Amino acid sequence: MKSEDEPIRIGVFVCHCGTNIGGVLDCEGLTEYAATLPNVVFSDHNLYTCAEIGLKTIKEAIEEHNLNRVIVCSCTPRTHEPLFRSACEEAGLNKYLFSFVNIREQCSWVHMKKPEDAFEKAKDLIKMGVARATKLEALETIVVDVDPSALVIGGGISGMNAASNLSKQGFKTYLVEKEKNLGGLLNSLYRLFPNDQESSELLKDIESRIQADKNITVYTSTMITSIDGFVGNFEVEINQNGNSIRIKVGAIIVAVGATPLKPINLFGYDGKIRITQFELENVLKNYSLNANNIVMIQCVGTRNEERMYCSNFCCMSALKNALIIKEKNPDVHIAILFRDMHTPGIAYEEYYRRARESGIIFIKYSPEKPPIVEENKIKIYNEYLGTEIIIPYELLVLSTPLIANEDNKQIAQLLKVPLEENNFFLEAHVKLRPNDFATDGVYIAGSAKWPVDITESISQGYAAAARASTILSHDTLEVEGATSYLPEEYKDLCRGCEICLKLCPYKAIRKNEKDEIEIIQVLCKGCGVCGASCPKKAIKIKHFTNEQILSEIYALGGKELP
Amino acid sequence: MYYLERNSSNVLIIGAGIAGIQAALDLADMGVKVHLVEKRPCIGGKMAQLDKTFPTLDCSICILAPKLSDCYRHPNITLYTLSEVQKVDGSEGNFSVEILKHPRYIKEDVCTGCGDCAKICPVRGILNYFDANLVTLAAAYIPFPSAVPPIYLIDRKRCVYLTHGICVLCTKACDAEAIDFTQKDTIIKLNNISSIIIASGFNLIEDINPLKEYGYKKYPNVVTALEFERLICASGPQQGHLRRLSDGIDPKKIAYIQCAGSRNIKDKKYCSSICCMYTTKEAMITYEHDNEVESYVFYIDMRAGGKGFQKFLERGKAEYNINYINNKIAKIKVDENENPIIIYEDLNDGKIKELKVDLVVLATCIIPSEGNKKLADILGVDLDEYNFIKTKPFFSMETSKKGIFTCGCSHEPMDIPRSVAEASSAAARVAEIAKGR
Repeated sequence: MKSEDEPIRIGVFVCHCGTNIGGVLDCEGLTEYAATLPNVVFSDHNLYTCAEIGLKTIKEAIEEHNLNRVIVCSCTPRTHEPLFRSACEEAGLNKYLFSFVNIREQCSWVHMKKPEDAFEKAKDLIKMGVARATKLEALETIVVDVDPSALVIGGGISGMNAASNLSKQGFKTYLVEKEKNLGGLLNSLYRLFPNDQESSELLKDIESRIQADKNITVYTSTMITSIDGFVGNFEVEINQNGNSIRIKVGAIIVAVGATPLKPINLFGYDGKIRITQFELENVLKNYSLNANNIVMIQCVGTRNEERMYCSNFCCMSALKNALIIKEKNPDVHIAILFRDMHTPGIAYEEYYRRARESGIIFIKYSPEKPPIVEENKIKIYNEYLGTEIIIPYELLVLSTPLIANEDNKQIAQLLKVPLEENNFFLEAHVKLRPNDFATDGVYIAGSAKWPVDITESISQGYAAAARASTILSHDTLEVEGATSYLPEEYKDLCRGCEICLKLCPYKAIRKNEKDEIEIIQVLCKGCGVCGASCPKKAIKIKHFTNEQILSEIYALGGKELP
Repeated sequence: MYYLERNSSNVLIIGAGIAGIQAALDLADMGVKVHLVEKRPCIGGKMAQLDKTFPTLDCSICILAPKLSDCYRHPNITLYTLSEVQKVDGSEGNFSVEILKHPRYIKEDVCTGCGDCAKICPVRGILNYFDANLVTLAAAYIPFPSAVPPIYLIDRKRCVYLTHGICVLCTKACDAEAIDFTQKDTIIKLNNISSIIIASGFNLIEDINPLKEYGYKKYPNVVTALEFERLICASGPQQGHLRRLSDGIDPKKIAYIQCAGSRNIKDKKYCSSICCMYTTKEAMITYEHDNEVESYVFYIDMRAGGKGFQKFLERGKAEYNINYINNKIAKIKVDENENPIIIYEDLNDGKIKELKVDLVVLATCIIPSEGNKKLADILGVDLDEYNFIKTKPFFSMETSKKGIFTCGCSHEPMDIPRSVAEASSAAARVAEIAKGR
């Protein structure tokens, strides 16, 4: 590890990011400019600094030029900071002596129409970054123990498979379900696409495995009341029929599922002869169906202004139920009114083909001219024929979407994880971290994240379990060292006003027995709220010290921090 | 200290696209030793070739590159590039595997990636698969500048030293002395492999079918979606400035044809799942490059079931000048200036119409990886009627054989988020076995 007392030697690496930056900014010019800044002893540019070659250049430069600060001018710390930090560590440099300058999102992308101005801005950003880097301090990360156990919230098909997998991997697992029974929406389904297996059969199979598993403790009729702690060490309080139980787990999986929409005031829904696709499942269970003309309407209450999303599985549910009816009684007339048939992939498209071959009629409608439902007939405008068609019905089935559970907000608050605009849970990264939350140690699976069918619910249950296992498989874990603290020498400044204590979103601040403010380092995420709000400036935020931030501001104004 | 290390055995993953990489990283992070086999010279698969990704328009290589590096550097992952699995014996818990590794003719631990060999190599005209064969390279090459591993290789079929025993200019040019023509095919034997994941990815229908009805290959301004990705990509053959292949003119009117080679009885009956969304993405990126571009998407059903997809489509319509035309086209012809003319039936009035455009992009069908048939024979797993890996209903990671799992497009066309989730799910199943329970 390099000593902090030696002279500052900064290396600056400018990334072209293909043409994302290089197409707008003169990266060679920026490299030359960086070399003129104080304390910069080396500067270079790469097509992709994050590529293996780029990382190699950084490591070699650290050794050759004895660098003790490294700056990469490129993209965002959200995706790339860990990579560059570990490259620095491999070359023997403390990872907190690495600093990012964002010249992509905050420069080349937003100013692509003004390359000259963008170049000047990039120079300023680099100048500020260099000033900040000069003030950086080496920090130590914190090592915590990991409790090799997990909590799965939600005992539907996704949660049950997640729990079963975690248990088989050797982790003690708690499965918490708010309803009386496990199984979630599977309980209300009859047969399942694409192989027409009975829902109860699939459910029975997994449920019996769960119940027989000594490594899994199931709590039904149970609510989560509080969640404290952090990755590897969550302390959870649950409430089963009024009894409070405390459990300690290393990771948490959210698999709370979603709720079928009741189409109140839509297409004459009455729950009797105008029912939902979910309600039809129940009718089919005992086959108490006596209708010769059945019409199904897709995208009811969805793919509109209020719910701008496709619920993914409703086309398949409609096809499946229509085929079940057709197979029981080929004489029943079934028409499916759709906007776009959603049958992606191999098996589902084949299912759609079978449905058309069976004589089910498909009529496309546009949202501008939706079907008009009357007492016992439907009027629908057919664009291709350019005319209105009238179809009689004795049973109207409305395919409604899954909507987010009402209590998602409470769960999100307990876990401090975000929801998206439809109140489904928001994952860490839509593409590359589909089953992680941004919060360490918390994972997401199934329709709680977005409406999915059973196959995807199961695979996401397993996926979330795998992600949790990447934490639980370790005895210990390193957590972020860039935290807030109250330095010994500032303790006298603190007046005990408790503003920080109230504002801390991570419950990381408490008062100890001596009535002094204490910041619990493993809980602190380094967000800086406490430091910014402290009226006496007693709290110091590591890696974002006043000195570091002010040096950037002074550099922008062309001065050195006094 | 890894919890699993104490009783763990090894795992084999076949294919290092995003699915194989994710499965490898998950297992490696659990402390399981992973052997990752890739037939190409570098990892990243199709995702590395894409410009941006829907529905958030992140630059594909930018979000993938950290994973490639993680994979390359992870102490629990052993990577075998230019390699194929050629023999597998045994059963769940204890497979033995033979890997055939082809030579690079460049020493992996010595090459600095400087590219001097490629500069001096006199053999040119090697089609680069990575740029959808739109660019040619020398016989000493690297598929793309940020490839992982960052090591050059020499094309054994084209290098004049390897074929005719003359040249060796690269040997003289290489200061690092990395060129090694004595390298041979090697067989690597692995024992005690507890389970296997197939992540063989996919090919595209243009690899096996000339798509004559769309005039592909006949008309220079009819390109496939993957070719288009390279054409608009900053690191592609046109440095991100889209031009027509016939005359270099910037296209202003672009037609996108959905379901090319899919959803019909003549070609493939199934739906490729991802084309509606990537087409919208391609039209958006093109508009961002040039606000005068008009896009026309000819489609059968708009399939936007994933998270944020419907909103993405609406944005395309409202802000990016994309017109969606509900139709499957009849034919494409060209005028004297190589402008494609699309002949289609307008479903709004039933009339046959023509639309002249500057460029046509075909959303071509995803087909099984060309290696699936051979791989299935070696592994003893079943394929479906199209040669995708057959999976169990509801458990998409399970193949017909115990101890062998699959994920991603090796068993069905799917998008990146689902491929990544499936990769983790396969890793989860493998972890059960690796722990011996």
